[in-house]
Amino acid sequence: MAALENFSGSRDYVVSEELMRAVNIAIALEKPLLIKGEPGTGKTALAEAISKSLNKNLIIWSIKSTTKAQDGLYVYDVVQRLYDSQFGNEGVDDIKKYVKLGKLGEAFSSEDQVILLIDEIDKADLEFPNDLLWELDKMEFYIPETKETIKAKQRPIVIITSNAEKELPDAFLRRCIFHYIQFPDQELMEEIVKVHFENLDEILLKQVMDTFYWIRTLEINKKPSTSELIDWIQALQIGGIDPEIIRKEIPFAGVLIKKNEDLDTLERVKKRFKF
Amino acid sequence: MFSAFFYLLRARGLDVSLNEWLTLMEALEKGLAQSSLTSFYYLARAILVKSEAEFDKFDGAFLEYFKDVEFYDEIPQELLDWLNNPKENPNNYDFGQDMLNRSLSAEQIQKMLLERLQEQDSEHNGGKYWVGTGGMSVFGNNGNATNGIRVGGVSRRQSALHVAGERQFRDFRNDTVLDTRQFQMAFRRLRQFSSRVDAPKTELDIDGSINETCDNAGNLKLVYQKPRQNTVKVLLLMDSGGSMEYYSNLCSSLFQAASKSSHFKDLKVYYFHNCIYSKLYTDPYCMPGKWVDTEWVLKNIGSDYKVIIVGDASMDPSELMGRSYYNYGARTDVPGIEWLHKFKNKYEKIVWLNPIVDTQWRTAYWLQTYNIIKEEFDMYPLTVNSLEKALKKLLVSK
Repeated sequence: MAALENFSGSRDYVVSEELMRAVNIAIALEKPLLIKGEPGTGKTALAEAISKSLNKNLIIWSIKSTTKAQDGLYVYDVVQRLYDSQFGNEGVDDIKKYVKLGKLGEAFSSEDQVILLIDEIDKADLEFPNDLLWELDKMEFYIPETKETIKAKQRPIVIITSNAEKELPDAFLRRCIFHYIQFPDQELMEEIVKVHFENLDEILLKQVMDTFYWIRTLEINKKPSTSELIDWIQALQIGGIDPEIIRKEIPFAGVLIKKNEDLDTLERVKKRFKF
Repeated sequence: MFSAFFYLLRARGLDVSLNEWLTLMEALEKGLAQSSLTSFYYLARAILVKSEAEFDKFDGAFLEYFKDVEFYDEIPQELLDWLNNPKENPNNYDFGQDMLNRSLSAEQIQKMLLERLQEQDSEHNGGKYWVGTGGMSVFGNNGNATNGIRVGGVSRRQSALHVAGERQFRDFRNDTVLDTRQFQMAFRRLRQFSSRVDAPKTELDIDGSINETCDNAGNLKLVYQKPRQNTVKVLLLMDSGGSMEYYSNLCSSLFQAASKSSHFKDLKVYYFHNCIYSKLYTDPYCMPGKWVDTEWVLKNIGSDYKVIIVGDASMDPSELMGRSYYNYGARTDVPGIEWLHKFKNKYEKIVWLNPIVDTQWRTAYWLQTYNIIKEEFDMYPLTVNSLEKALKKLLVSK
């Protein structure tokens, strides 16, 4: 264990002990780490923190609904080649010129070990994770066009995030280390906030926290999360709001709550309680 | 190692594969559990369990298997806090004491620790008897004794059994009734692909391009084709008001999930109260005027739509079977059951989702119509597992 690199959070990212364990387990076992959790709990920021803390380059592959597994490996620009051949351009014989590596290919061919973040894997098609099984297992893939095998020079540390919009296939899950980021409790949240704001007034912090966790208990559709809390504190600081009125008036509530119907709910509850 | 734990997990419904188990063994060999039960708990959970919905099952099984070591839980937090911050090590190794310590068995040490915890009321550092730091007694942290129990210094959090015992993931179990995201996830299963849809042609048609280029005397001519897309169309009919008020949250999440599922080719939603009659309402408030004729729906919405009816199927028997029932401003001469038959005849793919998960508390009176409708339709309770079954039913061709 001593010889292994140990991740222990970074200066501006606070990790729970459980998450730290999961990261170190994944690194030690050389398996992809699958991170799930509510939006805004810092799934994506984790990869950045690991990259900073271990001082390794970060390669981000953001997945969209149209992303195919192939895009991450390489793209063979056949249309360009056809057009080039039409006019007898130079180098048309060289297929390599038309093969461009994707993010996964980039991570494999890097000389140093890198962190590869596959962000929001659940956005893609249901079959997407299955198409990557071999590549993530063996850390290599074959390009038939050039008869080349791209093999990882240094096995990258793979972090995968998911918002649980889709269920991931079993075969894929079995190859991952899994961690679910729970919503931070008040204690951890205070730590997180303090990392983002130095010299934050204690009274302000207390008021903000109480109000924030109170709002989260309300019957609203989209509960505010860490990133919204941080935006809110920033707004309160810039606005120079007196801490005493935060609980009563909840200024800049629009920063915390993004849906109109939720704002209405908040207004109704505020009226009913009349702080 | 721990093979019995593996089988216990499987017996408790966790689908742990041999591969994952071997990974755990490999991790233990690498020393990742750091000889601590807490570390082992997180290690095993990270490797063996792949969904927060299963955490609770894991916690349950873990408690069951390791319950006999619960003893370590009883060390008070203040004591741990002090032990975790050892004072200076006094370098007081005592050979005689060490020999005495070595003669103790593990059980004896445990028993002694329990006794000490009862007696001890303050910090002790550098001593031979009490639980403390830097000492020669058989328990404590950072001491000079060669055997004994390390108390504290392992983990900032409480022990694994404590964490497992909290069962804080109980709410995530997926055999309970579901929320929007889980609904959405289930709806994603409802898809059938076809390239016969209206969409821009974005995919390169290789065969077409070759043909066209040949016809063009070898001058390159590219042909594109339409990508394959989902062709599933859904008609959602929801019971609203009255006895359904109780389930309004659940139904609104189902509605949101369906409307957010952008992959449907088309989604039509109508509302009814208790049972379907001559009018279907366009909003959940079921106000007279905001409606369409049910006949119009039957005529205009093709039989290729997949129909999902959501309702508790509980009403006065006369509402289902009787004629001339006055329903929210819409007079009807055809009994509800016949309207339901019309839908059943027109649409081949039709399921009924019922928010009543447990029928036991319903009185027999309300259950009369429930049973009649259950005979007529494939009825599923509104939970994750059943919704998936229902949607599967909509996809299979008979």
